[in-house]
Amino acid sequence: MNTTRFTRDHEWVRPEGDVAVIGITDYAQSQLGDVVYVELPEIGRTVEQGKEAAVVESAKAASEVYAPVSGEIVAVNDAIVGDPAKVNADAMGEGWFIKIRLANPTELDAMMDEAAYQEFVAEQH
Amino acid sequence: MSTAADSGEAAPLRRTPLDALHRARGARMVAFAGYDMPVQYPGGIIAEHLHTRVKAGLFDVSHMGQIGLRGARAAEALEALVPGDLQGLAPGRMRYTLLLNAAGGILDDLMVTRLPTGSGDGLMLVVNAARKEADLAHLVASLDPDVTIEPRFERALLALQGPLAAAVLARFASGIASGIERMPFMSGAAASIAGAPCFVTRSGYTGEDGFELSLAAEDAVAVADALLNEPEIALIGLGARDTLRLEAGLCLYGHDIDETTTPIEAALAWTIGKRRRAEGGFPGASAVLRQLADGPGRRRVGIRPEGRAPAREGTLILDTAGNPIGRVTSGGFGPSLNAPIAMGYIERAHAAEGSALALVVRDIARPAHVAPLPFVPTRYFRG
Repeated sequence: MNTTRFTRDHEWVRPEGDVAVIGITDYAQSQLGDVVYVELPEIGRTVEQGKEAAVVESAKAASEVYAPVSGEIVAVNDAIVGDPAKVNADAMGEGWFIKIRLANPTELDAMMDEAAYQEFVAEQH
Repeated sequence: MSTAADSGEAAPLRRTPLDALHRARGARMVAFAGYDMPVQYPGGIIAEHLHTRVKAGLFDVSHMGQIGLRGARAAEALEALVPGDLQGLAPGRMRYTLLLNAAGGILDDLMVTRLPTGSGDGLMLVVNAARKEADLAHLVASLDPDVTIEPRFERALLALQGPLAAAVLARFASGIASGIERMPFMSGAAASIAGAPCFVTRSGYTGEDGFELSLAAEDAVAVADALLNEPEIALIGLGARDTLRLEAGLCLYGHDIDETTTPIEAALAWTIGKRRRAEGGFPGASAVLRQLADGPGRRRVGIRPEGRAPAREGTLILDTAGNPIGRVTSGGFGPSLNAPIAMGYIERAHAAEGSALALVVRDIARPAHVAPLPFVPTRYFRG
């Protein structure tokens, strides 16, 4: 069963037990274009839902990545720091950004599932 | 995730003669200087940039303003508005110069070509898209009435840039006896390209060898299609045009230069001819020549961040003690260097090559140093 959830800010959240893997969507990476730089938070930091958690820069511009859920950062993907193009190549997989230990799992309930997100993206055009 | 919103422009956007071609080739269109322009194609900015450096790229720059000045006194008259030596331009030769205000501030930067022998007396100007209406008004208000001003804003302008540009263009060119590939850098000539009458200059905005083709709007699609059919040529958007010019250390008007910067501060003193330095007679000459003699208080320099984080336009520059000493005016990522690069204005005491600096990006002071321009060696045709 695909439990990946999506935000209106184009982040995805995939729960794995009490931890959520977080990244930006394939639509987001296609809109950004070539990703050239990623800045990730320190492990152990606590983030609040909706607050800035990471930075992604394309050839054109810098963008913030917001924490879609509240909790403690338990892992960051150093591979995308070393090779930012991984975000373009596999945004939903190897291009993940951070893992957060969920402080409030019910935050996921209000997010879109994949079908709703695809519809949301279609409405952007 | 959030990105800075596109600058919403109320007026309807103008379209270049290649608008349908851009859309058919999958361009992402953005508003730029009142035009709907391609920022990138499906290949993306980095691939387009690298293609231009290795092979050759075709750019639609029809948004730029083309203005003809006719008459035997055109060069002399325009010299009253710019510090470049235009009377010293031989027929068919081209020069980069600056329209200045009375304080020596830069109203626009432009290319000026003296019409080649056989095309009559006069000059051909190429000015920035965002400035073309203002430039035209300035010329009309300022130039001698015996100079005829001919705005040619309806014409198309294509740039073919890269190490293979000359070889590809030669397949389509006729009308230049010595061959288009032998044209000197910074010269212009009438030629036929794929059957269309063009005014061709050997110039560009990438640091590479290349050409710009001025042609009638109705011929633009056929010429672009002919060039794009060649395997060496890819279509390149404004995104890569910006990264290419930044690596080449070239100024972008409204960012690196504007009415608040002088040619000396902008490190463009080389554009002021020897005779003009001696005679003056251009707007702001006393201020500009005084700065030339005494050195400016601040200067445009290249900047290399030491980490991987790009420093964008507006980034505050600090000295190693944490004192503010300037601002970044252009900054981003240089695909050929695979590293962040920037330009900005820095107080004179800190502007020497190698000077240590810090760039304040997202509230963190990050180490950087003053670097020589261009960042990537230019490869203009030198015969």
